[in-house]
Amino acid sequence: MKSKAWTEKFMQGVFFIAACASVLAVALICVFLFANGVPAMKEIGFVEFITGKMWKPNNDLYGIFPMIIGSLYVTAGAIVFGVPIGILTSVFMAMYCPKAIYKPLKAATELLAGIPSVVYGFFGLVVLVPWIREFGRTLKQAGITDSSGNGSGILTASLLLGMMILPTIIGTTESAIRAVPEHYYEGALALGATHERSIFTIVIPAAKSGVIAGIVLGIGRAVGETMAVIMVAGNQTWIPESLLKGVRTLTANIVIEMGYATGLHREALIATGVVLFVFILIINFSVALLKRRSEHE
Amino acid sequence: MGKISVKNLDLYYGDFKALKGINLEIEANKITAFIGPSGCGKSTLLKSINRMNDLVEGCRIEGEILLDGENIYKGMDVNLLRKRVGMVFQKPNPFPMSIYDNIAYGPRTHGIRSKSKLDDIVEKSLRNAAIWEECKDRLKKSALGMSGGQQQRLCIARALAVEPEVLLMDEPTSALDPISTSKIEDLAMELKKDYTIVMVTHNMQQAVRVSDNTAFFLLGEVVEYNDTEKLFSIPADKRTEDYITGRFG
Amino acid sequence: MSNRITMGEKMKTYLKHPGSLILMLLVMLAAVLTFIVLLFLIAYILINGVPHIKPSLFSLHYTSENASLMPALINTIIMTLLSLLVAVPFGIFSAIFLVEYAGRGNRFIGVIRLTTETLSGIPSIVYGLFGMLFFVNTLEWGFSLLAGAFTLAIMILPLIMRTTEEALKAVPDTYREGSFGVGAGKLRTVFRIVLPSAIPGILAGVILAVGRIVGETAALIYTAGTVAKVPSSVMGSGRTLAVHMYNLSSEGLYMDQAYATAVVLLVLVVGINTLSSVVARKLTKA
Repeated sequence: MKSKAWTEKFMQGVFFIAACASVLAVALICVFLFANGVPAMKEIGFVEFITGKMWKPNNDLYGIFPMIIGSLYVTAGAIVFGVPIGILTSVFMAMYCPKAIYKPLKAATELLAGIPSVVYGFFGLVVLVPWIREFGRTLKQAGITDSSGNGSGILTASLLLGMMILPTIIGTTESAIRAVPEHYYEGALALGATHERSIFTIVIPAAKSGVIAGIVLGIGRAVGETMAVIMVAGNQTWIPESLLKGVRTLTANIVIEMGYATGLHREALIATGVVLFVFILIINFSVALLKRRSEHE
Repeated sequence: MGKISVKNLDLYYGDFKALKGINLEIEANKITAFIGPSGCGKSTLLKSINRMNDLVEGCRIEGEILLDGENIYKGMDVNLLRKRVGMVFQKPNPFPMSIYDNIAYGPRTHGIRSKSKLDDIVEKSLRNAAIWEECKDRLKKSALGMSGGQQQRLCIARALAVEPEVLLMDEPTSALDPISTSKIEDLAMELKKDYTIVMVTHNMQQAVRVSDNTAFFLLGEVVEYNDTEKLFSIPADKRTEDYITGRFG
Repeated sequence: MSNRITMGEKMKTYLKHPGSLILMLLVMLAAVLTFIVLLFLIAYILINGVPHIKPSLFSLHYTSENASLMPALINTIIMTLLSLLVAVPFGIFSAIFLVEYAGRGNRFIGVIRLTTETLSGIPSIVYGLFGMLFFVNTLEWGFSLLAGAFTLAIMILPLIMRTTEEALKAVPDTYREGSFGVGAGKLRTVFRIVLPSAIPGILAGVILAVGRIVGETAALIYTAGTVAKVPSSVMGSGRTLAVHMYNLSSEGLYMDQAYATAVVLLVLVVGINTLSSVVARKLTKA
């Protein structure tokens, strides 16, 4: 009897320790990133590091402002392409889709979420980049732009990221729409509103928190995406002057240079990771807040 | 001829025949009550009058429903039909927006944009629903902050704002306390001067108190349809008598 | 006569409400676009990749003449097994703690929720950086399958915890009461009664995690490295299929093989995800 009680206690301890693993992991990640990145920021100068427009490791110039701008540009672009299409597609899934084709379509959106980023990146590389290159040349011939770019750049990365955040946005928005009580929709219909008017003036506003949470989640995915962006964004370290020009994101900066960086250069890359991490934490925090709000409604 | 005529109406949910050969004449400016045990088809018939049953998958109708002699299932614009035939639901369902916007939603839907016109409609509808005094100072506040009874009167006001001819009420007081219930009943009796009201109710006393005519439903059929007083005092059908004296519960 | 709104009636309504018509068309357009993009992506990769799938692609050794994907495939399998070996016990045990042991309103649960939510939002490159700093440098494991596997294990931990938690919660309390009723202890109840009925749900989560491992790149480049061989031990460096795919396409010398590898990767990941949802569906039926 005694040994049984002991086993119970022991296993309870084991479960508890396992539960601590995730807490430990977060703590370790924070400690290691900050401990390795913050000294570099201090050495370079925090303001210098964040707002410096020059990234020239050979000259000891470490300004990541172009990369911050780069991440912002491609994320904004991804939102422009991904959010309207994602929300409208989720409206289709929740309010229009005939039952017979719902299951295969739902599986398809889940499939879209499962495709690895390298495969997206590869698709971007072999399909989108040539398209945008042609598009740029046409624009140049028409005299609309001075330089055509080589196909890799903000526009290409935005398109690709827009595709990649679709499943995130479709998934969360669809469930937010489905969570809106049916009687809101019926109430609007009963007043003589059309299907569309009920959806767009009553149902979607009622699902607002969930929809926004989905968008923010998509932003998080776009900001953090690495491999696909590297493959199509061109990766120049200066601030681009047009949408067709190459751009480097925070994530790309780390992967591209970490392989050969040493000393302060290496620490500056880790500091880049710290900045990225802080961005992501802010985004996660907003998602958590939004979720809490939508649960309270 | 009544305001609404239901003629040889059969209604199916898939293979299940929910309404069987219904014939009813609903008189204008009267309150008509539908009573009967749960699942007897009274709500189903109510929802057929403004075509809310169209939303139900596999729902099929044979026969006809005429509104002022016009077949609502043939060539009538559904949205206009629902404007003419308003509905108040079992559970109060104000939209998650301000009181003002709730009332203005219907008129806006039907193309009224002018601010002063909307202001007038909002006030008039709230007055007609006897709730103006309670909420005139908080029109911009969310409707979800009101009590259940207030919400239901708000929903009635919302339905009135599109100037319907008929008002369908689907057990409008089943989720409310007695005081709120009596307010809604008083309101209904007040409103019948201007509107034709059809009310589904579980509560026989309510039917006696407010309605002019009563239809008793059982298993998808109208067993008896008569002047309320007659139906409750000298029921013609044995089943009606059993129901009103409490054998069906 | 039927009450279904006919096409003609619908058209009439739309003509009267042009705003609704435009919205409806936009919705349809967006949906068609989404699914055409998906279809196009998959079709493009299959059509261009399948002809390049040759037996030489599966030869045991990678040489500069023959960019074989076999070593990477083997590394992927080893990596998957190692990561699961670490993450699954931790994930399941912590879910057991959360569902079966920690009482309601326990403060600690809030902390764990917060950390798992944080973990699931961290981008893989940050995991890669951390793995490099901690496992590769501090623990001095060097670029190795082991460092990669531990990094991935942390990455998939929140996924396994969440799916296991949901699976455990779905087990009816009557099962537990029944077991306690015959005098079984808590531990016995958990392992003999609760866990077995939660297995399909847990399995679906684990398979989903496998999908993430197989598709992962950014977290592995600076933890497991990019050597195109099967290492002699888990302490050696080796690239997984996704990393291989990245290297092939960034080098630009082996585009045919890159296409073929993309097919293999796509089929693998899609297959794994499908398997997961099949297993999950079994759960709901049971």
